[in-house]
Amino acid sequence: MNKNLPKWVDLGLIPLLTLMLAFAVSGLVVLSIGQNPIEVVKVMIQGAFNPFGIGHTLYFTTNFIFTGLAVAVAFHARLFNIGGEGQAGLAGVGVALVMLSYDWPHWSIALIVGTVAAMAFGAAWAAIPAYLQAKRGSHIVITTIMFNLIAGALIGYLLVGPMQAEGSLPESAKFPSAASLPTMYDMLGWFGIGFDKYAPVNISFFLALIAAFLVWVLIWKTRLGYEMRAFGHSEKAAVYAGISPLKITMIAMLVSGALSGMMAVNTVQGEAERLLLGAVEGAGFIGIAVALMGRSHPVGVVLAAFLFGILTQGGAELQFTLGIPAQMITVIQALIIMFTGSLENMVRIPLEKIFLNAGKRGRA
Amino acid sequence: MSEVAENAGRLDVAAPAIELIGISKAFGSVQANKDISMTVAKGAIHGIVGENGAGKSTLMSILYGFYKADSGSVKINGVPTVINDSHDAIAAGIGMVHQHFMLVDNFTVLENVVLGAEEGATLGPSLRKARKELKRLADEYELDVDPDALIEDISVGFQQRVEILKALYRQAEILILDEPTGVLTPDEADHLFRILRNLKEQGKTIVIITHKLREIMDVTDSVSVMRRGEMTKTIATSSTSPEDLAEAMVGRRVLLEVNKSPAQVGETVMEIVNLSVTDAHGVKRLKNVSFELKRGEILGIAGVSGNGQSELLEVISGIGAAQSGEVRMQGEAIDISPKANAGMRRARGIGHVPEDRHQRGLVMPFMTWENTAFGYHNEPEYSKGFGLANQKYMMQDAREKMERFDIRPPIPQLIASSFSGGNQQKIVLAREIERNPDVLLIGQPTRGVDIGAIEFIHQQIINLRDAGKAILLVSVELDEIQALSDRILVMFDGVIQGERLPENTNEGELGLLMAGVDPEAKA
Amino acid sequence: MLDFLTNDLLQLSDSAVRFAIPLLLACLAGLYSERAGIFDIGLEGKMLVAAFAGGAFSAFAGMSVADGGWGMGGWAVWVGLGAAIFASIMLSMIHAFASITLRGNQLISGVAINFFAAGITVLVGQYWFKMGGQTPQLRGGQRFEPITLPFAEALRDVPVIGSIYYDLISGHNIIVYLGFLIVALTWWILFRTRFGLRMRAVGENPGAVDTAGISVVKLRYSALIITGILCGLAGAYLSLGTAAAGFGKDMTAGRGFIALAALIFAKWKPIPAMWATLLFGMLEAIGSKYQTLDLGIIVLPGQFMQALPYILTVVILAGFVGKAIPPKAGGEPYIKER
Repeated sequence: MNKNLPKWVDLGLIPLLTLMLAFAVSGLVVLSIGQNPIEVVKVMIQGAFNPFGIGHTLYFTTNFIFTGLAVAVAFHARLFNIGGEGQAGLAGVGVALVMLSYDWPHWSIALIVGTVAAMAFGAAWAAIPAYLQAKRGSHIVITTIMFNLIAGALIGYLLVGPMQAEGSLPESAKFPSAASLPTMYDMLGWFGIGFDKYAPVNISFFLALIAAFLVWVLIWKTRLGYEMRAFGHSEKAAVYAGISPLKITMIAMLVSGALSGMMAVNTVQGEAERLLLGAVEGAGFIGIAVALMGRSHPVGVVLAAFLFGILTQGGAELQFTLGIPAQMITVIQALIIMFTGSLENMVRIPLEKIFLNAGKRGRA
Repeated sequence: MSEVAENAGRLDVAAPAIELIGISKAFGSVQANKDISMTVAKGAIHGIVGENGAGKSTLMSILYGFYKADSGSVKINGVPTVINDSHDAIAAGIGMVHQHFMLVDNFTVLENVVLGAEEGATLGPSLRKARKELKRLADEYELDVDPDALIEDISVGFQQRVEILKALYRQAEILILDEPTGVLTPDEADHLFRILRNLKEQGKTIVIITHKLREIMDVTDSVSVMRRGEMTKTIATSSTSPEDLAEAMVGRRVLLEVNKSPAQVGETVMEIVNLSVTDAHGVKRLKNVSFELKRGEILGIAGVSGNGQSELLEVISGIGAAQSGEVRMQGEAIDISPKANAGMRRARGIGHVPEDRHQRGLVMPFMTWENTAFGYHNEPEYSKGFGLANQKYMMQDAREKMERFDIRPPIPQLIASSFSGGNQQKIVLAREIERNPDVLLIGQPTRGVDIGAIEFIHQQIINLRDAGKAILLVSVELDEIQALSDRILVMFDGVIQGERLPENTNEGELGLLMAGVDPEAKA
Repeated sequence: MLDFLTNDLLQLSDSAVRFAIPLLLACLAGLYSERAGIFDIGLEGKMLVAAFAGGAFSAFAGMSVADGGWGMGGWAVWVGLGAAIFASIMLSMIHAFASITLRGNQLISGVAINFFAAGITVLVGQYWFKMGGQTPQLRGGQRFEPITLPFAEALRDVPVIGSIYYDLISGHNIIVYLGFLIVALTWWILFRTRFGLRMRAVGENPGAVDTAGISVVKLRYSALIITGILCGLAGAYLSLGTAAAGFGKDMTAGRGFIALAALIFAKWKPIPAMWATLLFGMLEAIGSKYQTLDLGIIVLPGQFMQALPYILTVVILAGFVGKAIPPKAGGEPYIKER
């Protein structure tokens, strides 16, 4: 990416420094609402890693791996998919529909069916903005945001209308229990290892890791990934090479939507086992921060997702212990997007100067 | 007494218009200008020549305040002048016509002239004043332009006049022109030179940056040569020759001619029949273009850029579509509808070295081994099962191509943007030529390429011809067209204005054709 | 029929204006930014923060000293307005710093600002007021009151014109009138002043501006300050000038994005921007007047009515209503050195 900087600076030092800046400013925000940042960090770490918390941390991490990968895949084709929220929401509808339509005999079948449904619905919800971008030149950022809002209205309608279970709550019926996905407690239990019985983290966590590996293969090892990256760097060059912009835009967004959608396997199928209102809870947006921090590389995405898992679970603990609203995490997320994304040059430009001068001295 | 006064006055007049002292400038790790000093006498036309990347434009951009020098100083009319930005330069009486015009396309001529030289917060009075002033300048210097025309609607020749008018409107005494003839027909260039001589007579000082030695010889009084960021020579034009200048530019003797044997022309490979293209704005870019391309020949297409050559290449290479007409390859019509794509052309044996290697021919952040397969990446040898790429082979293939085309440094893992212009172009050529296409389309093969690489590239093109391949060469460099082509077509306004054999024509005739005039019809 | 015209249509038009005003102000805010070559999808966030700052400061200023407020009575709403504009300008300057000075990615900066706004308003709101992120209900001098225009009462009974004047034109608060005034002012600035000429130029070709001896950076910062002011007005209108009478969590509800769509629809021109936002305002008015819409054949549910402006936004962006050409230099940082 940059000729003047060694790779370890570009991929290691810069993200680290920008992250520290984001945390430093977050600390100021904490101070300004009358809290002690050190206390806050303690509470968050404690909350995220205690035996009860870690199961939640990994549960959130799972969500963010999916949505982070979704944003990252689109980024490679220079598409900014802000629609993870809506895509994951619709995927939840898809999961609920297949889970409620049939008594799946075993969790393994339910997992496959649920995953396929989640991917299909998530991809479908991404398909329209993708097509409009490729064919009509509509700004994908705004259309995907609109599709988030439209998805919200649609799900709201479904949960007080056609899909509402008996009772007055806006939620679907509970899924048949034979299809329940194994939780971490269950899985570790197979090997005789103990874990928090009520922790929401489930088999989807491994699904997320597999997805990360497959995304790595797709982007860096396949010809399709090569075409996506070429298109992302220069649309004109892609056309010259016979790569269809329509095809790449559609595929990148479908893959992206499907990855966002897979989050529903974790939340709707794995945890809630019914469709609830607001099931996505901002994870689609957090995917943006995760992808930016992770430099759109699957390894980076998994690490960044873990960080956000810690923040989210720690943030819940903050609310519980110190009464700080969960929006604290939204602020930290915004600051991370800002510092690792748009304000990155604040760190990069001085570093480039330092390395340039060091290089000159080295040669002299 | 009076003699002293006169002498003092003469001394003042004799102060050079421009004096640059020890100018240095680095971009990152690239030293663009190294300790450059230069003097230009008042009322002179001074030329600066040098290869691409020699630092000519950088030097003049520093004078114009567009870039800031790392060190050095400037004197204007003998007065030390600090130029921090273009505002300071304009105040010091300097005007500049950039290579890429600095005009606002959807503004009128008048608005462009006024921009930055407004008087007062509202526009009305400024526009009225400028309209009057433009009229006066037009009469004085042969610089007619419709003040209410939109820039996007007028030709580049007129756009250039607007740039000159902008400078004169700001009362520039020193005018810098960066590669002013690159976009002009020889005729328009002559007109420009008339204007410049006219300006000179009015006492203005003019600096021209160019890589065309003939222009230097024709129009300048003195000339400076730049090489690799340094100024190697400054001399009166009358006491030098193009050969000397070329040697000073490159640092060694250069062959200005290309050695080639007579063409062994074979059968027709490609026929273009009545091809017409209308762009998205409804403008006709190609109008019923027809020609044939034969094995073993280089067919050169001359013309000022923007006369349909790009569209022609785009349609044949499958990037763009045509509304009517046919392209036949070995007698068989190929798809020129919007459904076609560049991949289909490659399958038919049509290779393409595009005009713009930065935006099209290469993916700049891609490594060389990724670029040497670009466009052919779905071919079996680059593929493995499950949609995977055969990266091991791609790497080996890149290494071989880099060696055969002398691409330096020969490291396949380097990204394209870290190579020089010449080496980048060699990467594209290696990729396209090594596929052994029946037809090779080549656009601007040596744009932004250093002289050493130009010789190599020309030789590769001729070798391909001698191997019995058909080559369609598009270039705005008339010298290049004349040197390489076995047959020349001249395009003007989307039409083939004429066909000539290089041995039976000359620059003057081709220039007239490029301007839309048919010399034979006139006679 | 006449009854429908005089009552329903007038009432709808009246509320269309009310709904349109924040969109219009945000749309004009976006116009200054994008005409100067800076993409701004952070309009939403700026409005939100402005709405919060307006609501919060007006509440403090209007509260009696005994209750811990500043006891400023009728001035409270102006304090709120000032705070709204200040907060919005601050965010706009962060965007300017990221996109102009640091040449960062403008889309990402905008997205970050939106999230920041969504979080910080609730965080600080909870800290200050302990009301779950809301600000206290605003009353009297803490809000913008409707203004009855001269002769409105007297002309009220004149058929048609009288009721149009009384019901539709009169009776809005000052920001509404200010909004329409700014439309005219923007047109004049854009097409008749030196600043407008330079601003349009910098959005098309910053190089032309730079080589003409004008600072691209200063010009773009100035444009973004105006963007900040207008977003501040838009946000202040939401919390200080509508029936909401205070700030509520996420109260902008996508208006910043709809304003952007309106801007594209209006081809970056002020007068068409007014019509475009009035159209969106009308949709919102219909949606809020008719909770469900019975079309005879099918009954459209409330959620559909609620989503209607979003759907229209998508339709507009898809260019089914004419192709829009954005300012050429939009979204790209100006880099002059290689």
